[in-house]
Order: sequence, then structure tokens, then C-alpha cells
Amino acid sequence: MNNKLIVSPSPHVHSGDSIEKNMYGVLIALIPAFLVAVYVFRLDALIITALSVLFCVGFEYLIARYIMKKEPSVFDGSAIITGVLLAFNVPSNLPIWILALGALFSIGVVKMSFGGLGNNIFNPAIAGRIFLLISFPAQMTTWPTPAIATTDATTSATVLSNLRLDPGSLPAIKDMFFGFEGGSIGEMSALALLLGLVYMLWKKIITWHIPVSIIVSVALFTGILYIFNPVPTFNPLIHLFSGGLMLGAIFMATDYVTSPMTKSGMLIYGVSIGFITVCIRLWGAYPEGVSFAILLMNAFTPLINNYTTPKRYGEVVKNG
Amino acid sequence: MSVLLSAVATLGAIGAGSAAILYFVGRKFHVEEDPRIEKVQEALPAANCGGCGFPGCASFANACVKAETLDDLYCPVGGQETMDRVAGILGKSAATAAKKIAVVRCSGSCDERPRLNLYDGVSNCAIAAALYGGDTGCSFGCLGLGDCEESCTFDAIHINPATMLPEVVEDKCTACGACVKACPKDIIELRKQGPKSRRIYVSCVNKDKGAVAKKACNVACIGCSKCQQVCPFEAITIENNLAFIIDDKCRLCRKCVPVCPTNSILELNFPPRKETAPAVKEEVTANA
Amino acid sequence: MLKTFRIGGIHPKENKFSAGKAIQPIAIPAQVIIPLTQHIGAPCQPVVKKGDKVKVGTLIGKTVGFVSANIHSSVSGTVLKIDKALDTSGYKRDSVFIQVEGDQWEEKIDCTPTLLKECTLSSKEIIDKISAAGIVGMGGATFPTHVKLIPPPGTKAETLIINAVECEPYLTSDHQLMMEKTEEILVGTTILMKAINVNKAVIGIENNKKDAIDKFTTAVKSYPGITVQPLKVQYPQGGEKQLIDAVVRRQVPSGALPISVGVVVQNVGTAFAVYEAVQKNKPLVERVVTITGKEIKNPCNVLSRVGIPLNNLIDFAGGLPETTGKIVCGGPMMGKAVASMEIPVTKGTSGILVIPTLESKRNNMKDCIRCTKCINVCPMGLSPTLLMNLTEYSEWDRAEKNRITDCIECGSCSYTCPSDRPLLDYIRLGKGKVMGIIRTRKN
Repeated sequence: MNNKLIVSPSPHVHSGDSIEKNMYGVLIALIPAFLVAVYVFRLDALIITALSVLFCVGFEYLIARYIMKKEPSVFDGSAIITGVLLAFNVPSNLPIWILALGALFSIGVVKMSFGGLGNNIFNPAIAGRIFLLISFPAQMTTWPTPAIATTDATTSATVLSNLRLDPGSLPAIKDMFFGFEGGSIGEMSALALLLGLVYMLWKKIITWHIPVSIIVSVALFTGILYIFNPVPTFNPLIHLFSGGLMLGAIFMATDYVTSPMTKSGMLIYGVSIGFITVCIRLWGAYPEGVSFAILLMNAFTPLINNYTTPKRYGEVVKNG
Repeated sequence: MSVLLSAVATLGAIGAGSAAILYFVGRKFHVEEDPRIEKVQEALPAANCGGCGFPGCASFANACVKAETLDDLYCPVGGQETMDRVAGILGKSAATAAKKIAVVRCSGSCDERPRLNLYDGVSNCAIAAALYGGDTGCSFGCLGLGDCEESCTFDAIHINPATMLPEVVEDKCTACGACVKACPKDIIELRKQGPKSRRIYVSCVNKDKGAVAKKACNVACIGCSKCQQVCPFEAITIENNLAFIIDDKCRLCRKCVPVCPTNSILELNFPPRKETAPAVKEEVTANA
Repeated sequence: MLKTFRIGGIHPKENKFSAGKAIQPIAIPAQVIIPLTQHIGAPCQPVVKKGDKVKVGTLIGKTVGFVSANIHSSVSGTVLKIDKALDTSGYKRDSVFIQVEGDQWEEKIDCTPTLLKECTLSSKEIIDKISAAGIVGMGGATFPTHVKLIPPPGTKAETLIINAVECEPYLTSDHQLMMEKTEEILVGTTILMKAINVNKAVIGIENNKKDAIDKFTTAVKSYPGITVQPLKVQYPQGGEKQLIDAVVRRQVPSGALPISVGVVVQNVGTAFAVYEAVQKNKPLVERVVTITGKEIKNPCNVLSRVGIPLNNLIDFAGGLPETTGKIVCGGPMMGKAVASMEIPVTKGTSGILVIPTLESKRNNMKDCIRCTKCINVCPMGLSPTLLMNLTEYSEWDRAEKNRITDCIECGSCSYTCPSDRPLLDYIRLGKGKVMGIIRTRKN
């Protein structure tokens, strides 16, 4: 042996886990929802998603290379996820230039200006969606009728806007669960999104704390209201399977970088998101509140991290 | 109109109320501070480097004002000039101290000190030093991972990528001592800068026996005591196989430098010597 | 459901290539180097000088403090010199160089393989004998055993736990010892129980050593008070605090010793060494070492005298492969990479692991993505990523508040980090700094 021995501190083995593995794991978990979207919106969904990914990856590459002057790490998968999630949050007939603007805001302002992956405070896709929602409210809230619907392609209001305007026209909960009602690209099928959740839990990419606490708290808050006043407006099942709740709870609130790091913190974060979502949906100015709730709690994440600690060894009560 | 008036009145009332509260709180919690502290602070360099031993310039100023004498207080960044000014403000006399500078007591460059293994950890001397003696045969010498560079707030010490040794920028070094504290191997020392920045020091801290030290590094001090014998001022001590030149006794006669068999004594900023015999010899061998 | 500890933990690939390989003795070379510090605590003072004749078991280094362990010659021959030599600490420290001549043992040492079950000594006599024999924790921490057996005033031991977990990947030395010296280990355990005056001992064995569990379950029937506890395979179960949690479901409070929950933990190798010291008068001069690695031709378990260079052991296992990148003393999780193969085997060398170049280099570190995996695996319930940041920014107050001193340096955080961050490197540094600060505060 002629080479010099390598000396480094322990441990001398590594699990082989990497940022890429986790990010591509999330992408795999997004496949069912994507397939449903393509089934429902046909080519539109495919084009919007592909372009959104292209924009996000492209902007990240350009910003990293020419503004931050560092080796771009666009293939770690995080920009692709941002692209997919941003696409999932917009209507399938959104003009391309608006989509590009959203991608630029997500990547340029929300992610890279803080230093790139790991340093951003807000979830780029959520912030991008809200940016577009506020800037282009008309384009962002006119959803095309699903291509698989028998009627002509006219725009249709979503379940959530009907919840307050026209409670009589609510669709069957079963349809909402399987996802053939109007809405943004990725918000179609609760079932497909839940499949993604099961995959991520199985692969240990995320823990159950955030998604479960959001879903349970939404069900609980609306459930309590429903008991006192059983009208469709308060029906927990409608709340669970409509709008971006599942997408937000499973894929956006669980974003590593912008969610709390301790188990207790995750529960506080999840329950708060659930509560704020319900409040905005029922009494706020916008029909949908998941993304606002997540964005708001993103801002509280450092505070939650600061005031919660993991369960320490030595503080568990003796139990023989 | 009445809307406008009531708005103005409300805002005005809130403003006046807040101002009153602020005023009384400010009065109640007012801390009487010696006005000289601020003056002293103004005289200080405001580097907040901690070289004086205090957390920052403000607390050093505070200490100066409170102290009986200024003998134990010294701002290495501002130097004598600043201390004289501080003394003037306080009506005390400043102790005289020679200007100091950081010197790196290791010359084990990549050529002189072969690398025997490969360190593959964080580029941090403290972590490497906790792990082992280093990637050379000398476990006393510089690790070259740059803790000193990191610690310097004056941009005055840099690792030379060719030698993997730190080099002090003379104009910038303020002798604040941050690098001395940062170095886990205690290689960096604050020494008198000397007249015209001329100084002589043993550039090695290896305490191994001569043969072991020499095997690890061509320019290691082997503790042969030749320098000690030649020194007319008893300025050189030998302890644990290592020579050390005492700052206060050394008169920069340069006699020790040529006698060192391993060239481990360095002289800085002296005019070049006249051509000496060994140099000629080297030329001859080169020609032969 | 098998028992295990309740917080964190990982399961690295086991790679126990040398499992089931019989223990073979290593030939003694012409010269051995015996370091005078082979334990945690104060270095020993040499009691021999150049030219002295020594036999196997002759005292060559004497303790100077309470936390220290005697050093004995592992060979017979002449003392060449007492000089600095590189050891596993990575630094040169005082060591005794001995020229080997024959293999003569001190007369009082019983070298026969007869099993001596009877022990009539009192607790104090046992501890004195253990102390004189220089026995240290054989799991790798090398804490002097006699110190652990003398409980601090006001505490009382209730249970003795024998650590037969061997949770480090690759290593099999304890496993093989358990298979070959079952009775001796049990006698050693009985002696330890007597020393700390308890009537209950539990041997914790991980479930990947089913043959050892079976063997011990049968054998303990004739030893009253000793039971076997099979444990789920989980790293770092061999950590004292984790083992206590796994076996007796108690957690040692932060900063306290295991005795505060009435438990004393000893390694299975230590139990064997105690048997030899007390029943056979044999000081600690040899130990079982696993020589292993993916590219090693003949991974094996050997019985090596203290002071034999790693070179000889690696040659015995088929020589150093061309592809070697790193040599580690101990297991891959907590072992120490060494810079030279001249380093001698010491009391704490449980294994020699040869890692190929491809697996030796670390990946480049990336920014933390706050995935919380390090927090999930930390067996002490700490936040490694936070502690690393606090160390980087020298925030010692906050590091102390976040219990950096609780870290057991198991390496689970660095092992699991998807961003390849050197979490443990920084935490170890910060832990040292904070402990220093606490010490100065106390004085």
C-alpha cells in the first residue's frame, strides 16, 4: 500500500442518506397526485408542471451561477419540488408568463436571496402561490372545468367558494375524495395525496407529526362546529377533502427547512395551521386559507424551535 | 371636518401620553455614568477585538476610569499613543510598553515537513488537534487549517497555500492576541516588534528529542544549544530540547542565526548579510 | 417485542464478517511497546528502568491517582528504553519498550485452563485484586474498573448489568469470547456481584447473537441471581446509559453516574478479565481483538498481548489490502482512525477495522436542511444540529443550556445526516470547551 492513510474523526461510516434521496423521495410521493392531475386536466397539467419545474430549476441555476457565484446544486431536487408544488397550486389554464413570474419569485426572492436551500424562512412554493394569488387574483381563482367532465369547458367555482356562496351546490364527498372536482392542478384527489403521505412515512422521509396534526385539528375544529350547527358549511369531511388542505398538510407544511425541528414543536405548528386554516376558510376574506396558515406558521418556526426541546434522556419518569 | 379634528386630537393625545410616560420612565431609570467613560471610549480604536482582555472597548474604558493606575491596562490595537491619550483624559500616567506583534513559531512548510497521512475532517485546527498530532511526524507544529486566520478581525494573518503556514501581515497586526488564543498548538506568540520591525526568534515549538524532531522536519529546533553558547547576552534558554529567545534580553546581534544547524532561528527585516562562506560553498556544489 | 432503549438510535449495517471465528493467539514479536497510559485518567509512573529484566505480569507502570490503572509487562525480556511513542491517542506518549526473550510468566500466575468457581474473598479484597491487576473497561472506554466498583458515599448498587451488547458494526471479539469462555465470564460476574454486594445481575445481549443467548441462558441456571436479557439490535445500545434504559427501564439523570439509579455496568470482556485477575492472579496483559474489514482476506478474532504493533495483527489476517484508505482502532462508529501501523495494541483495542479508500473519504458538507433526522436518532435527546451551530459561533452558554455535555459521542447524528455535516466533530469540540468552562467555574 503506497497511499497515505486517511485520518478523520469518528464515525467512519455513513448511512448513505443524502439530500437528493430525500428530495427525490418527495417527488416520487407526488407522482400519484400528478397522474390524477394529468387524467383530469390532460395536457394542460403536464405543460404547466413541466414548465414550472423548468423555470424553477433554470432560475436557481442562473442565480447561483451568475449572482451568487457558487456551484449550482440544482439537481439536489429541491428546485424541482418547488416547481412541481408551485404548478400544483395554480389553475391549469394559468398564462405561462404569470407562472414564470411565480417561479422567479419563489426561487429568486424566497429561496436564493436567503442563501439557497436550508436558509430560507418561507416555503418557496407557498410564498410563490400567495404572491400570484394577491397579484393576479382573477387568473388565480378561475379554474377550468375538468376535461373529463361531460359539460363544455366553462370555468367553475370551487367547492370552497361555494361553501359560503351557494351551499346547495356542493358535490358528493366521495367525488371530492377521489378528486374529479375543479380546482388547482395538484389539489384534485385527496386519495392520491394520502398515498404520497404513506410513501413518505414508509421511507422515513417525514414523520407523522405535522400532517396528522393538521388534518386532525381541522377535522376537530370543524367537527365541533358541525355538532352545534350541522350545516354543510361546517362539515369536516368537506373541509378535509377540499381545496389545498391535503396538498398543504402533506407536502408544503412538511417542508424540512421551514417547519419546526422538535416533535412537540411540530405538533404546535400543525395544530396552529389547522386552526388558522379553519378560521380563514370560515370567516376570512379568502375562501382558501391553507397557504396563508402555512406561511404564517413558517414565520413562527424559529420561535417554536427556540422554545421547544426534544425529549431528553434522563427526563423520562421511571416506569420500572 | 370633525373626522379630521377628532383624528388629530386622538393621535395628539396618544402622542402626548406616550411622551409623558417615556419621560418619567427615562427619569426614573436614569443611570448616572461617569462622563469620562465616554471620552475614553472615543479615544479607543473601537475595534472591539478583546485584545485588552475585556469584552469590548466600552468595558475597557470603564475599567480604565475605575482603575487606580493604568499599569495593568493596555490597548494593543491603539498602542502607546492611544494609552497616552487615555491617560491624559483621566489625569493618570500610562505604563510604557513596547509595541508587540504576532509571530508564528513554525517553519514546517510542505517541503520541509513531509506529510505522512491525510487529514480528512473539518478544516478546523481545534478539531484536528483533539483527534491526533497532525498529518506530519511533528505533533507540535502548525496544522495549517486556519483557526488563526478565522479568529483575526484585522485580516492580518493568512494561511499561505504554498507552505500551508500562516503568515502575519505586519502593517495590519495589532497584537490583540486573538490568534494566540485560537491556536490549539500554542505556536503563535506575541513578541516585541523591535526597532524597524527587526526581530529574531526560534521558529519551532517541537519538544521531541533532536533526532526525532529532525526526522519529522528539516527546520526543527533540535535543542543542540549552539545558539545558547554563541549568545553574548544569555538571552537563549533550552528547555525540553527546545531553544527559546527571551525578548527582553535579546539585543538583535544576530550571532545565533548562522550557527543554527537546522535554520530554525529566523531574523526578520534585517539588511542582507555580506556573502558568507556557506552560501559560496553551496554555489560550488551546485556547479560541480 | 424485544427490549431496547427508548430514545433515538440507528441500525447501521452489521458486517460482522469475523463472527464465529475461533480466537487464535498472535505470535509475540521481537519487541513490544507498552504505553504507560492505557486508560482514562492519570498516566502511570514507570517502575522499571533501562536494562531491567521483566517477566509476563511484572508491574512496569504504577498508578499515581485514584482514577488510574496499573500497567504490567505483557512479555518477558529486557527493558530497552522508556521513550515517547505514538499510540491510539494520536500523540506521542511515554511508553516502555521491551526486547522479548522467551515467554516466562510471573510465578504467582496460574496459566492452566482449569475453571476455578469458588471465590472466598471479601468485597474489599476483590476490589484490591482488580485494582492491582490494572483492569479497565474492555469495551473501549478504558475507564478503570476498580473505580466503578467503589460506590460514592450515599449510593447503593442494586443491579449489576453485564454489557454483552457489542452494538458496534464489524466487531465480534466479545461475541467470540462469550462463546468460548462462558463459564469464566459467569464466574467473573459472580465475583463482580460480590464486589459491589448485589444479588442481581443481568447480562444484556443483542438479538443478533442468538447462539450466545442460548448458551448463556442454559449456563446461568447454575449461577444464582444472574439472568440473560435478549435485546433488539439497535446502536448505541452498548452505551452505558442506553443499556440501563433498555434493561431496567431507568434513565440516569443528566450529569449523574449510573449508580444514582442503582446500577453498575461492566463489559463482558471486563468480567472475563476480572475472573482471570481474581481466580488466576493474572493481570491484564492480553485481550481479544477482532481484525476485520471488507477487503481483509481473513477476518478473524485473535488473542493479542498488549504492546504488539497493529502491523503484526493485520499481517496475521492476510496482510493489508492494496485498497486500504483508513485503519480504525475500535468499531466504525466510535473507533479512532490511526496515522501509523506501528501503534501498539492496548487494553482498549477491541478491534482493528481496515476501511477501503472508497469508503474512507467523507462527502462534502452541505447546508443543513433542517430535516431533523439527527434529532430523531440522538439517543440522548439532544439537538445535534443546534449544538453544532452553537459551537461554530462559540455560544458556550447556550450550548451548556442545551446540554452539550450529555453527548455520548456515539456518532449517530453524523452517521445519519443527509447533508453530510460533521455534527459530532463540532459537538465534541464544544463539549470539551463547555466542560472546561464548568470546571473553571467550580474551582
